Amino acid sequence: MIGSTNNSASRNGSSPTPDLSKPILSVEGLTVSFDGFTVLNELDLAIGYGEMRFLIGPNGAGKTTLIDVITGKSKPTRGRIIFDGTTDLSRRQEYQLVRLGVGRKFQTPSIFASLTVYQNLEVTLGFRSRITRLLGKPRRGEGDRIMSTLEEVGLQHRAQDIAGGLSHGEKQWLEIGMLLVQEPKLLLLDEPVAGMTRRERDRTGELLQSIGGARSVLVVEHDMDFVRQFAQTVTVLHLGKVLSEGTMEEVQQDPEVIRAYLGNSRSQRPQAGRLNGRREAEHAAPVAAD
Amino acid sequence: MTTMSSIITVVRNASAPVRMNDRIGSWIAPAIMLVVLLAAPAVLSDFRIALLGKFLTFAMLALSLNLIWGYAGMLSLGHGVFFGLGGYAMAMYLKLESAGGKLPDFMFWSGLTELPFFWAPFKYAWFAIPMTFIVPAVLAGALGYLVFRSRITGVYFALITQALALIVSILFIGQQAYTGGTNGITNYTTIFGYPLNAPSMQLILYYASVTALTAAYLLCWWLISSRLGRLLVAMRDDENRVRFSGYDPAVLKTLVFSLSAGIAGVAGALFTPQVGIISPTMMGIVPSIEIAIWVAVGGRGVLLGAILGAVVVNGAKSGLSESFPAMWQYFLGLLFIGAVLLFPSGIMGLLRGEGWRKPWWLSREQVRGAISRRLPGAQR
Repeated sequence: MIGSTNNSASRNGSSPTPDLSKPILSVEGLTVSFDGFTVLNELDLAIGYGEMRFLIGPNGAGKTTLIDVITGKSKPTRGRIIFDGTTDLSRRQEYQLVRLGVGRKFQTPSIFASLTVYQNLEVTLGFRSRITRLLGKPRRGEGDRIMSTLEEVGLQHRAQDIAGGLSHGEKQWLEIGMLLVQEPKLLLLDEPVAGMTRRERDRTGELLQSIGGARSVLVVEHDMDFVRQFAQTVTVLHLGKVLSEGTMEEVQQDPEVIRAYLGNSRSQRPQAGRLNGRREAEHAAPVAAD
Repeated sequence: MTTMSSIITVVRNASAPVRMNDRIGSWIAPAIMLVVLLAAPAVLSDFRIALLGKFLTFAMLALSLNLIWGYAGMLSLGHGVFFGLGGYAMAMYLKLESAGGKLPDFMFWSGLTELPFFWAPFKYAWFAIPMTFIVPAVLAGALGYLVFRSRITGVYFALITQALALIVSILFIGQQAYTGGTNGITNYTTIFGYPLNAPSMQLILYYASVTALTAAYLLCWWLISSRLGRLLVAMRDDENRVRFSGYDPAVLKTLVFSLSAGIAGVAGALFTPQVGIISPTMMGIVPSIEIAIWVAVGGRGVLLGAILGAVVVNGAKSGLSESFPAMWQYFLGLLFIGAVLLFPSGIMGLLRGEGWRKPWWLSREQVRGAISRRLPGAQR
């Protein structure tokens, strides 16, 4: 087990103060194949400290696979993922990566349905504690930290409710809160606004903006309206490679990107419409591929 | 109509979290139960007390299964093995004491001429008694770590533990010279130098069972009301989220599985001297499944439920099997089906006024209609 206090790693000198001009996450020549099928192909990607990056791409581009590899769920065939200057993430177990400061939100909300909202955060907050610590009373200040995180995600009034009874949108926020309370250095969010109403979507966007800055965030998103509204830098993934990178306007003008979204699809117009943010076409395409 | 409306009442209450009942469940009801158990010898005959003492060891066994099944969501169908191992460890001590320095009778019959090395230390109570906890806990820990590290969960875990029950019971039957084979280990006369079948000794063993059960209850209660306990529930809800929250579920599950097996072993150690025999039939598949039935009937995920379930089912079993010896298994089966179909939260769920499943013969509309008739002007 890793020592229990937060931020102690950077203070006690076990990892030197990070060079903030360098990326927090640097993916180098990453290749992932499943049964001979190449999902990610020599992918290079870098995310800076405090940056909020959006990742888009047609179905099957490898977006979720990339997150799987960063969080240790899948193993890379080749390549390196360097986190926070020195650590190669591809050699570690999922729970070790979380302790290093990589938090992940899943596509479908995954929370602890029979615990209260408060307890959900309390459980995740103890992630660096020894087993004996988990048997004792919570530390002083933990309650305040949980409540202020709940306030941040707008769930403070639901603290004592059973999490299974929350609405879909609230569950998504709760899961984000469970990550935030752990104070991760890098937050990976897989489709955080999927299935949300317009108002919930806007609130989530505001939440992301308030999170960003303090920590690095990588958001995978299908909802182009949402991306256009809240993204500064967008990376377009296609066939396991980075196709384009820049502001939303820039990548929308990129002929490569337009071709990729038109692709070898038979129904060209709806696919083109998708990139330009007409949502009706979006859910016609299957989501299962990525 | 009365039954109908009472069903409706519980269906309606099921949605509201019941906080006062939590306190009744965790303090008041167990305290009343403890007083009843302590006072029971004043009222019941020696025979009934001996029977109740046996049931209390079963209750402790059910408690240990409830800890991992009801809270952490791991259904073990091999808990009879851990109970049995504790029982055998105790039986080895009792047998050696009764043999008085000579070779135990069944070894002599099987042609052994000297005591096997692993039997020798069991002549000391200070060695045998801790072993009733340690042996099952170590076996569960080793098996558990291999299984959980490979991320084997749910029904596959249940099947592996069931295979364990089969393997261990066959092993114990086959190794007659070391284990007493099918007959098990029996014919003990003394414990700690005192005659075992004296009524006063039976009473002492009864109180020892009450004490051990209380201690096990308090241990489990302390565990599940800590943050670690909530983490166990979290693993039941979504193990993947626990892993991606920075915990290693394999370590947590191994620990609690091992602890549960140890408690089951101590229960077995109390069973052996009270009943006078431990044999492989206690470790097979059927008794291991029966333990799961006790827990399901009593109420999964409520500590007291397992205790109630074990005592009620076994009480009914001895009552009914006196009157209908051939029919008992059918009653047990019906009870289990009833528990699954109608009251998935078990007896405790019924007592707490929650956990009724909507009976399949009532449609949703009927239930909803009856609710709105009872609550004029209500939305639902």
